[in-house]
Amino acid sequence: MGGFYRFVLVRSINTLVVLFATLVLTIALLGPTMDRILLDGIKFYVVEEINLRELKFDNAQERQQFIDERVEQQVKTIGLDEPWYSPKRFFNTVLRVMVLDLGKSNFLTSESGSSNVRDIILEKVPKTVLLFTTSTLVVTVIGLYLGAFVANKAGSVWDRLNSAFAVFSGSFPTWWVGMLMIFAFAFAYHIFPARATPLTPPDDPAYALDLLYHMLLPLITIVLVGFGAWAYIVRYFVVGILGEDYIAAKRAAGIPERRIVYSHALKNAAPPIVTVVALSLAGSFGGAITVEAVFDWPGMGQLYYHAIGMFDIPVIIGLTYVSTVIFVITVFLTDIIYAYFDPRVKVA
Amino acid sequence: MTIYSVVAIPLESYRQWNNPNFWIDLPKSAAPAWTNAFGARAPEHIVMHSPSAQVAESGDGGVRTVTHSYTVRFNYDQYPADFMLLYSARYGSTQPALQVDVVRPDGKEFRVYFASLPPSQGGQNVFSSRVFSTDRAIAESLRGDTGAFSYPQDPARPHVMIFSDATQSKVLKGTYVFRETFYLFDPADSVEDSGVILGGKVYGVMGTDELRRDLATGILWAAPVALFIGLTVSIVSILIGLVYGVVAGYKGRRTDEGLMRINDIFYSLPTLPLLVILSVTVGRSIFLITGFLVIFGWVGMAKISRSLALQIKNLQYVEAAKLMGQSDVRIIFRHIIPQLLPLTFASIAIAVPSAILGEAALSFLGLGDPSIPTWGQILHDANSAGAAVRGLWWWIVPPGLMIAITGLAFALVGNALDAIVNPRSKKV
Repeated sequence: MGGFYRFVLVRSINTLVVLFATLVLTIALLGPTMDRILLDGIKFYVVEEINLRELKFDNAQERQQFIDERVEQQVKTIGLDEPWYSPKRFFNTVLRVMVLDLGKSNFLTSESGSSNVRDIILEKVPKTVLLFTTSTLVVTVIGLYLGAFVANKAGSVWDRLNSAFAVFSGSFPTWWVGMLMIFAFAFAYHIFPARATPLTPPDDPAYALDLLYHMLLPLITIVLVGFGAWAYIVRYFVVGILGEDYIAAKRAAGIPERRIVYSHALKNAAPPIVTVVALSLAGSFGGAITVEAVFDWPGMGQLYYHAIGMFDIPVIIGLTYVSTVIFVITVFLTDIIYAYFDPRVKVA
Repeated sequence: MTIYSVVAIPLESYRQWNNPNFWIDLPKSAAPAWTNAFGARAPEHIVMHSPSAQVAESGDGGVRTVTHSYTVRFNYDQYPADFMLLYSARYGSTQPALQVDVVRPDGKEFRVYFASLPPSQGGQNVFSSRVFSTDRAIAESLRGDTGAFSYPQDPARPHVMIFSDATQSKVLKGTYVFRETFYLFDPADSVEDSGVILGGKVYGVMGTDELRRDLATGILWAAPVALFIGLTVSIVSILIGLVYGVVAGYKGRRTDEGLMRINDIFYSLPTLPLLVILSVTVGRSIFLITGFLVIFGWVGMAKISRSLALQIKNLQYVEAAKLMGQSDVRIIFRHIIPQLLPLTFASIAIAVPSAILGEAALSFLGLGDPSIPTWGQILHDANSAGAAVRGLWWWIVPPGLMIAITGLAFALVGNALDAIVNPRSKKV
């Protein structure tokens, strides 16, 4: 097992490096803008304060001087006098984000009215996970059986249809198909609501049902675009396994074809398939931005979309970090599980 | 098609894509014209300027009147979407007055508009403007004529009222005459131009969007942009990946380990969020976006070419070259990379769709190059205007279809090339 532990170790280090690199990159890119916004905020606050306390000045110069002094004082308190890349501030920011102390948002608030970035994001995570885990599961189940089915009939009309469909649906942007679906099922036929944000308040017992009803259209869209490529991948692995000698041996032993394909072949194709499931799940969270923006599904992607629109930098940093964490951890777990199942990987 | 759009469409129209004034003569959210072949005939867009008008002048003491009459045959089953009255006059300190009447096929005559033109700013100037059908003055002017109908009419919807039958609520077909009469009070004043635009519900090959832009122009112009992004990104990133992977595979040991760790890091970065951050902070020009896509595009190719380089470097001819004392650079570029070229071409073709999809996704999020129309951007505009919910399908279907078709074409070319250069994959 020595090789396995070494593999886990290397992978963990890699994961941490990736997390750190993303964080540093994000902060480095957004740092200057964030400082400018903070500074503007302070100036605004100081002027506001003067107006509120109705302070009187002899002339404009004196007023300006007072403002400058107050701003400088505030800037010192927050530590804005050092540039964002000074080691002290930089590592402070990195450490704060790493423990999910994400600070306050500039504009956006959570449903309960909190402007704490962590609250805002944590409120959205379950919805994104719900939609994309469900859709990945459905896609996987359909893909597995369809893939095994066409693998068994490799070269037939069904097989070709499936391959064509896979290539076809692979070139469609999911969010565009989403817009078409809204047009078809919300405008032309009023079957589903156009906006996926439920109208019932969250504490209503009917909320769960309403949420599921609103989830259907995005779900159908994701499944529709996704399952073709999936079936194609499964077919690829299963066809490889059906060519192996032990399958021929089973056939010779008289085991029914149906059992061979769905039970033996699928089981042996499992490890690579599990990997792809996990990876596509992790990847789909990234694609969530566009899909959720189209359907207005109240998840992380929609939040991201709004945060970009309003240029709410603390939220953008927080979301990038959280989605990177989810992505990287999934990749990490997948690698470990795969290595555990398939000993050949560890050596590489 | 790209060549057609570059040659045939004036460059001006694409530069003006985000300038609403350029598109103001076009109808708003109009469907493609060919939809008239099915179902009820929706009004087409009618633009008339002074050359098509009957001009009559009469001098009456100090006041001269210039009348431009426009004759329109209106034989459609639906009301026009709106209308606009254009005028352009040269005048000085005394403001001319503009009076617009419409004579309907049933002989009724409505006073649509009567007002003096805005005061001129210093001296004899040409002043051009337009009166929209939503203008308050039009509603006021038409209020007196609501009695001509046997059922209630809303003068605030003049495009409906003017074209309605007097006895029942439907379109009155026939010939309408729009008369624009200018009252000029100064001998030096003159009427430069006038015009009537009946806002159609159908227009052009692909219709228009909410900002009156001709979608055909945007969609055709986006083709060269998409091809530029797709090809540049895929060529550059595949070449980078190729050299990177071959160097890693050929050098081996520490170099390989180090390079592949870096590769792993890029591999586990979530692409879209980082692309978003990059374009939010660094910039949105089309060249920058191309660069961003390259940053994430080379990773997969590096892995493949490394594993192939590992095989090739043990072949005898490479060993021989090494023994002859050729430099590493020379071996890599003269002996290993040529072996991988067929694979490279296939990979380039396969990489194009993902680059186009990546750019489209960015533009769709509203982070594309604001100065250039792209398919993603048109879809972004459509989504923010709620086109899907309002049923404006011609705003949604063509751009997305173009993305899909372009991607599909390259994917098919790539698969075909792949089957040729990589015969093993054909078997399964």
